[in-house]
Order: sequence, then structure tokens, then C-alpha cells
Amino acid sequence: MSFKIVVLAKQVPDTRNVGKDAMKADGTVNRAALPAIFNPEDLHALEQALRIKDRIDDAEIIILTMGPPRAAEIIREAMYRGADSGFLITDRKFAGSDTLATSYAISLAVKKLQPHLVIAGRQAIDGDTAQVGPQVAEKLNIPQVTYCEEVLEIKEDELIVKRRLERGVEVVKAKTPLLITVHSSAPTCRPRHAKLIMKFKHARTVSELVEETKDYTEMMTNKPYLRIEEWSVADLDANVESLGLSGSPTKVKKIENVVLIHKDSINLTVNDKDMDYLMKELIDSHVIG
Amino acid sequence: MNNSIFVYCEIEDGQVVEVSLELLTKGRKLANEIDRKLEAVVIGHNLAGIEKQIFPYGVDVIHIADNSRLYPYLTLPHAEIIAKLFEQEQPEVALFGATSVGRDLAPRVASKLKCGLTADCTSLVFGDHTENKTGKEYKNLLYQIRPAFGGNIIATIINPDTRPQMATVREGVMKKEVFNSTHKGEIKYINVDTILNDNHMAVEIIERHIEKQKVNIKNSQIIISGGYGVGSKENFDLLYELADMLGGEVGASRAAVDAGFVDHARQVGQTGVTVRPKLYIACGISGAVQHTAGMNESAKIISINNDPKAPINQIADYVITGNVEDVIPKMIKFYKKNTK
Ligand SMILES: Cc1cc2nc3c(=O)[nH]c(=O)nc-3n(C[C@H](O)[C@H](O)[C@H](O)COP(=O)(O)OP(=O)(O)OC[C@H]3O[C@@H](n4cnc5c(N)ncnc54)[C@H](O)[C@@H]3O)c2cc1C
Ligand SMILES: Cc1cc2nc3c(=O)[nH]c(=O)nc-3n(C[C@H](O)[C@H](O)[C@H](O)COP(=O)(O)OP(=O)(O)OC[C@H]3O[C@@H](n4cnc5c(N)ncnc54)[C@H](O)[C@@H]3O)c2cc1C
Repeated sequence: MSFKIVVLAKQVPDTRNVGKDAMKADGTVNRAALPAIFNPEDLHALEQALRIKDRIDDAEIIILTMGPPRAAEIIREAMYRGADSGFLITDRKFAGSDTLATSYAISLAVKKLQPHLVIAGRQAIDGDTAQVGPQVAEKLNIPQVTYCEEVLEIKEDELIVKRRLERGVEVVKAKTPLLITVHSSAPTCRPRHAKLIMKFKHARTVSELVEETKDYTEMMTNKPYLRIEEWSVADLDANVESLGLSGSPTKVKKIENVVLIHKDSINLTVNDKDMDYLMKELIDSHVIG
Repeated sequence: MNNSIFVYCEIEDGQVVEVSLELLTKGRKLANEIDRKLEAVVIGHNLAGIEKQIFPYGVDVIHIADNSRLYPYLTLPHAEIIAKLFEQEQPEVALFGATSVGRDLAPRVASKLKCGLTADCTSLVFGDHTENKTGKEYKNLLYQIRPAFGGNIIATIINPDTRPQMATVREGVMKKEVFNSTHKGEIKYINVDTILNDNHMAVEIIERHIEKQKVNIKNSQIIISGGYGVGSKENFDLLYELADMLGGEVGASRAAVDAGFVDHARQVGQTGVTVRPKLYIACGISGAVQHTAGMNESAKIISINNDPKAPINQIADYVITGNVEDVIPKMIKFYKKNTK
């Protein structure tokens, strides 16, 4: 049985540890100062794809990412872990996309690839919306199953999947073509494989080849799998109005840096006098008691 | 124009969930501000009498879709019914709980209607806006305020030109308040059979285990929260002891939950619950923005930390520098002494 999987992965700034130097004076995060990483839950998504490939001989995993040219880094990263090929959708016309415009662009690319299954992460750690998965599914007019923890059974036309909900679990059966989003409670991705690093370390997009000083022509001809496809708006048959800023109904009106408001606090230590004082204060002011 | 404020009411086990009631409360206020109606949408099965839970929040119209295919929640039929309803009713604003259900449903609906959706809002207020380029002026746009970038920034998002203005909000962020316990509105039934077809049933639930919410710290006036600095599950017993004595609940930071000291239901913060008690005692919690986002509106804050420079101390009314395991027994001791 042949089974084609598209994994959606986003390159994100590592927002989990934003230091002071990563904030600009105007309160915006200076993305350039944060390391760019593979969105964590998208690694969980990739692992689900790899597990399907472990079970089905003829499964193919394609990584799809939308972002600036350097986002090709995460496509290589995915190849080192077992993805077969990658597509980068990149164009200045995508700038300023909200989730709706992002999903529209991604859905056009997925349509060209015609997979049985699309696997996304639940949420990206920069935009933090968890909206792109469901919106891509809607644009493709296919069903969605969100917060997947495990794929229990796979057939060409049907999947059985376990979902992780806030207060429980659900097992569902869903028809393909299907989009699932993967929750962080699912296993994270297996590490890079030395053989695959050797195989794919020269994988490049067309834009990257232009920058290379070395001549890749022969290598690319002999090893076509090293080519990372790059698609622009022109390749996607897109309605340009529905992309980027003009295709985004949400606008960011204002962005503020989070700062803790400093209070004048009363400082105490663990001695009996301080503790006695504190508890008396709380009781007398009717906060407790 | 008479476009209303809509709230999607999520049903679990015949009950409207907490966050939906919180959103109805917020929805009523928003509706009053711009002189519109508040309307609720309920989709499920065996919903007879459900209006009794909803009208007290000041709802003018309830739209009910009651059909055996509609409970438990499934994305496609719910999304289809709501999209059709919104096309017909043209809401000004539509609010959804940022729950497993709401975060699955709202983006699908927004995509169908090609309208904007803002995730996990912490505040919703009306305000005016002038478009920079065109000079076009907008009155009473919904400012949808939300944290992003892992809680490091707060963004104000607007949807100038598309309707409804859609937003999701987490449980505990808005306050729940009955508007008038005898308030009655109108009920409208949605004809489900004319909307759904077999394609909407492409996903089938085989098994489902949902636990009842065991603890709900959100409504507690006193919260004793423990962080990674509490050190162990056993040390958390001290916090339970103090909480029992003061009539409070035990909360936690994510690091304490991740370490297995306590249950996720007790997590306070951006990805847990938002609380605003009379008293919040933070024990061994450093004060990451994702944590303080869920508790910085507490009336009084006490921080117990052995690091005098812990960021949480900046927002505390009382800072006790010391070890949790030394401080709490003393608090218990002197509480007893002073209440005798
Ligand atoms: C401060 C701020 C606030 C924002 N708030 C909103 C908002 O409330 N509403 C809104 O509509 N937009 C918002 N945006 C815009 C939004 O962040 C972008 O549209 C972003 O490209 C996609 O959203 P996300 O990061 O939330 O992804 P999510 O929806 O959280 O991503 C879910 C999954 O979709 C896939 N995916 C997402 N993006 C890509 C990609 N580029 N390439 C491949 N796969 C992808 C991944 O598998 C990912 O795990 C905001 C942006 C900023 C800077
Ligand atoms: C997207 C995102 C969402 C998040 N959501 C949340 C959320 O909802 N809630 C949340 O809490 N976190 C959340 N976090 C995690 C958050 O960033 C912090 O990692 C977390 O709050 C830290 O928990 P902590 O303060 O208990 O641990 P630490 O930061 O490790 O702090 C422990 C503190 O205990 C003190 N200490 C150590 N020993 C003792 C002792 N014996 N006595 C007294 N003090 C002691 C230390 O000085 C230190 O200040 C989120 C993170 C991200 C990226």
C-alpha cells in the first residue's frame, strides 16, 4: 500500500528563553537575536509520520514549510531524521500573513502534493495560536483530528487515532485524506541518523545553490533527492489578494513587552517575630481567618 | 445594524461548561456597551431544559441544535452548523472557550467564513481605530488582547473589515456572574437535518473517557501555590496542611506539575488557570511571565523564596526570604497562636 504523508513544520524563534538582549527598545522581540529552531511540536508530528513509515513499506514523508529561505534548515533537519523530501514555500508576498492567509498558502501547496495524510504540530511557540492545522484542513475540505497522541491503526482509506483532551482521551476513526495535529504528549522525534546526515547534508534549495561557491551541478544531477523544491506564489496558482497582509483579516494594532509591575513589598525573614507579625496582619485585615 | 454578540456554549454531560458561562457574562457586558443583543449557540443532544442554565446570564436568544449526531462533539457537524448560522445571523462578535473543543472548532469556522480569529485572549474591550494608510475610521472595534511569543509579549489584535470578530478565551480569564436569575429570552431551534449530510460524519468516536473536573482552584479566595522549589511531593503536604487550615486550595507552577509533585488541574498561569484570589502565597516559585500572567491580579501576594532576587518578589506584598519547609510550619504555628 502506498501512503503519502505531508508533515507541516515551521521554523520558529526559540521563545522559551527570551533574554533581555532579545527585546528591542520599541518592545518588540528581536527575532534575529533568538535562535531559530524546529517548532517543538512539529518534531512530535514528524515522529508520528516516521512511525507510520516504520509500519508501512511504501510510505513517503514530505516536509512542507512556509517561511524565509533559511527555513530550509529545518527541512534538512527532518531529512536527517528520516523524511524523504522537502518543499519550501517562500515569497515576499507572504509577509504579514495571519493564520488564515498562512493556511491558504499551505493548503495550495498540499493540494499539489495530494497526500493521504497531513500531519501538523498542535501549536507553534511564536504565534501560539494552534489555528493553522484546523484551517488548512478546512481549506482542503478534508476532516481534521486534533491533539493526536498515537496513531493506533492505519489503512489507506482510514486511520484510528488516540486524542489527548484537557480532561481525558478519545479514540476516533477517520477517513483519509485527513489532517491530524500532534500534541506534545506524543513521543518526541527520534534523533538524527548518521547515515542520513551523510546522505542529505548537501540537500539544497535553488536559492541556497546560488549562494554556494562550490559547483553542485554534477551532484544535483546524480543525486536528485538532494534538491529541496522551492515554490513561490507563481508556482501555487494563488489568488494574490488572499495572501500576506491583504489576505489577513487580523491586524496587529499594538505590541507590548511584558514587564512585572514593581510593588513596594514588606521584607520578612523566618524568625518568630516576623512570622507572628505576618499572621497577625493577615488576620487583622481579614485576608484570612 | 443589529448584529449581535454570539457565544458558543460548550456542553459536557448535560452541563454548559464554566468558560462558556464566563463568556456569556463578558458577552452581556459587551452587548450592553454597543447596544446589541446577546445570543447563545448550543449544539448537542438531549438538550431539553438547557436554557435554564443559560438565560440567567442575560441571553436574549438561544439557538439550539439538538440531534443524536451532535454529541459528543465532532468538528465537522458543529463547524457546519455554526458557519451556516453565522452566515444567516451576521454576528458582530463571536466568542469561544479556548478549550480542546473551542480551539478545534473556532479556527475551522473562521476559515469557512474567511474572518479573523484571535487565540487565547486575556482581555476584550471596544475601541476605535484609524487605518494608517487609508485614514479610514472604525468605531467600536473589538480590541482582542493576547499574549504571544511564549508569553513574552502582549499583542492587541483587531479585525477591521471582517465579521464576526472571533476570539477564543481560556477558562478563568473572565469572571462568571449571573445577570438576573429570572431573565428569560427567546429560543430558536436549528433544523439540523437540512444542514448535515454523510460527509460531515467522516470522523467517528470509538471510545471516550473524560474525567470530571476534580479540583477547581479558580473559585478559591485563598491559594497556596507551590513551585519547583518546594522540592518534593511530600513537601507539598505542608502546603495542603496550610491550605486546609486557611480554607484555601493548593495551586502550582508548571515546573511543579512537570516534576510530578501535583496534578495539572492545579496549574496556575498561561497554560493553566487564571486566578484572582484575596490571597496568593507563592512557595518556591520564581515568577516566570507565564506563571504571573495567571495570578498577578491577586489582591495580596506573599512570596516565600530562598532567593531574595526571585522575580516574583517584585509583585509580592510580603517577601519572606527563606526555605519553604521552614516558613510554612511557622505560618501554621503563628496562625494557630493568633486565632486561639
Ligand atoms: C504577536 C502575534 C500575535 C498573533 N496573533 C494572531 C492571532 O490571534 N490570530 C491570527 O490569525 N494570527 C495571529 N498571528 C499571526 C500568526 O502567528 C502567523 O500567521 C503564523 O504564521 C501562524 O500562526 P502560528 O504561529 O500561531 O501557528 P500555529 O497555528 O500555532 O501552528 C500550528 C501548526 O501549523 C503548522 N504551521 C504553522 N505555520 C507554519 C508554516 N509557516 N509552515 C509550515 N507549517 C506551519 C505547524 O505544524 C504548526 O505546529 C500573530 C502573530 C504575532 C506576531
Ligand atoms: C508557552 C509556555 C507556557 C507556560 N505556561 C506556564 C503556566 O501556565 N504556568 C507556569 O507556572 N509556568 C508556565 N510555563 C513555564 C514557566 O516559564 C516556568 O518555567 C515555570 O513557571 C517555572 O516554575 P517554578 O517557578 O516553579 O520553577 P523555577 O523557575 O525552577 O523556580 C523555583 C524557585 O524556587 C526557589 N527555591 C528553590 N528551593 C527553595 C526552597 N527550599 N525554599 C524556597 N524557595 C526555593 C528558587 O529560588 C526559584 O525561585 C510556561 C512556559 C512556556 C514556554
